[in-house]
Amino acid sequence: MNIFSLLKIRNTNLLFAFSLIIMFAACREETKDKEEAAPDLALSEDHAGLVVPDGFGVVKVADSLGKPRHIAVTSKGGIYVKLREAVDGKSILYLEDTDGDGVADSKQGFGDYGGSGIYLGNNYLYATSDEAIFRYPLDGNAKVTAPNTPDTLVHKLVARRSHATKSITMDKAGNIYVNIGAYSNACQEEDRTLGSPGMMPCKILDSAGGIWRFRTDKLMQSYGDGTRFATGLRNVVGLDWNSEINKLFVTQHGRDQLNTLYPDLYDTESSATLPAETMYMVEEGDDAGWPYIYYDQIKKKKILSPEYGGDTKKTGGEDAIDPVVAFPGHLAPNALLFYTGNMFPEKYKNGAFIAFHGSWNRAPEVQEGYMVAFVPFENGKPGGDWEVFADGFAGIDTIQSPDQAAHRPTGLAQGPDGSLYVSDDAGGTLYRIVYTGE
Amino acid sequence: MFLMMPGVPCTGLFIPVSNQSTKSGSGIQIKLFFTILLVLLFAGCGETKRNNKESSETAVEKATNASTKIDSVRTPEYMSAGKQVYVQNCLVCHQATGSGVSGLNPPLKNTLYVTGDTDQLLAILINGSNEGLVVNGSTYSNAMPAFGMLSDAEIAHVASYIRNSFGNAAAPVTSEEVSAFRSKTGK
Repeated sequence: MNIFSLLKIRNTNLLFAFSLIIMFAACREETKDKEEAAPDLALSEDHAGLVVPDGFGVVKVADSLGKPRHIAVTSKGGIYVKLREAVDGKSILYLEDTDGDGVADSKQGFGDYGGSGIYLGNNYLYATSDEAIFRYPLDGNAKVTAPNTPDTLVHKLVARRSHATKSITMDKAGNIYVNIGAYSNACQEEDRTLGSPGMMPCKILDSAGGIWRFRTDKLMQSYGDGTRFATGLRNVVGLDWNSEINKLFVTQHGRDQLNTLYPDLYDTESSATLPAETMYMVEEGDDAGWPYIYYDQIKKKKILSPEYGGDTKKTGGEDAIDPVVAFPGHLAPNALLFYTGNMFPEKYKNGAFIAFHGSWNRAPEVQEGYMVAFVPFENGKPGGDWEVFADGFAGIDTIQSPDQAAHRPTGLAQGPDGSLYVSDDAGGTLYRIVYTGE
Repeated sequence: MFLMMPGVPCTGLFIPVSNQSTKSGSGIQIKLFFTILLVLLFAGCGETKRNNKESSETAVEKATNASTKIDSVRTPEYMSAGKQVYVQNCLVCHQATGSGVSGLNPPLKNTLYVTGDTDQLLAILINGSNEGLVVNGSTYSNAMPAFGMLSDAEIAHVASYIRNSFGNAAAPVTSEEVSAFRSKTGK
């Protein structure tokens, strides 16, 4: 396409045009090969500021979108973006690229409720507010047919500001899974308050702090119609169905403030490192142990929380599940995606990408995260250590406080060609990472 | 200091050129050349410089007014004691820069919650707040814990510290004011 436009501009200079034609002919075969890997995309020369592994390229699909949270890409390549706060009264954006360069050139909006969750399945678009799950029928081009009159699938879910956003995914049997985050840090009587004891039992777990399961074929459901699928999960923002082994996987944000709440037990360094951010495979009835325990990724043990008699060493949670992956503390895993595409090299197949929003609770130590990580999987189990896949979002090397970061990864989606899309809710940018092999 | 920083490149250019022109003193042409260069540079920098001057004067004026009051309650000690209270109890959420955390913990700079009415600030510090405060148009979801367990002096120190940090400049808060607030509200 660039060569054609060049030809047009230079058509007065016959010699130049002639030489271009010769060049074009000479390059034709090579160009064709390249198109198969990544067709005509407007790849950014500097990877849009990101650092990606060799052979990968980045297209900046859009920017300044507000605060995009989770994203979903249709079989036709259209992109649905859920905004945390509505912009001009619209909280779901539909972006399209009509000329094939990967850059969105059409944007529509609908839905007046801010939120985080969005998911495509069974010819519907599902989107969440902090209290409800809505669904929109799609036409043959995966476009929403009635943007102003969604069905209410689930409503009246607990939302008390803290950890109120709802993330969703679906299995292959007509069920939808939603995170209901605990409206608390560590289930103290008084949230985040020095000296306030832990509630025993933690009554928050009745209606939050877990994953609830609902049907996708029944409207106006609430707690009585669903199942508390898994409990003891403080705040899950990333979740995905692993279709290779038909299991639900989630990423939990671990507790904050071990140092400020227990200065005699934890110094600022251990409080920045602990507890782990955890990825679990959860099955019906599982308990991940919050608030009674946390996972210490250095000791590789479930440690009794200080609110419940812990002293940094005592273990607990004998009946609680262990994580399948434990990451350093406070990195904020905001999205999880199992890669099923064919574009990326073989090692990525069925592996997990995790979008880390980046820490704030490591202060006064330096903040960490602000990147997309990858964990290889084999037969539904981690097949190696986690690694940084895409970095450089923050735009600076040392991050003291989150407002210094230019971009913060928060959503992931896979395109029909196997591209990986990443959303950022600080700069409002949407990235598309492709494998070119170059 | 932050307010002065944008002026630095202009000043940096200005000084060496001016020195050179004084030293070379002999040739009128050289002098003229540098004069023109200086005028051009000055004109180029003028707008930014004037703006900086105005804003830094306002800040200095504010700070001077505030520090007059601060001195009256020995605020240098208040500021250093307040910083200690801040680092142990507040910094992790509100950050070293007072920026807060987008969507979670509100900023402490550029907000009347901090620099405005003392009673409102003391109420939040002593009783906490779990209402999802809206600050400069954004809502913040995390609970602010109550710090009523801190002494009157510690609360006065930290209140004075945040009112005079992160670019803020407001009258300090005394232990007596904290004590009076507690008697008035029964907290």
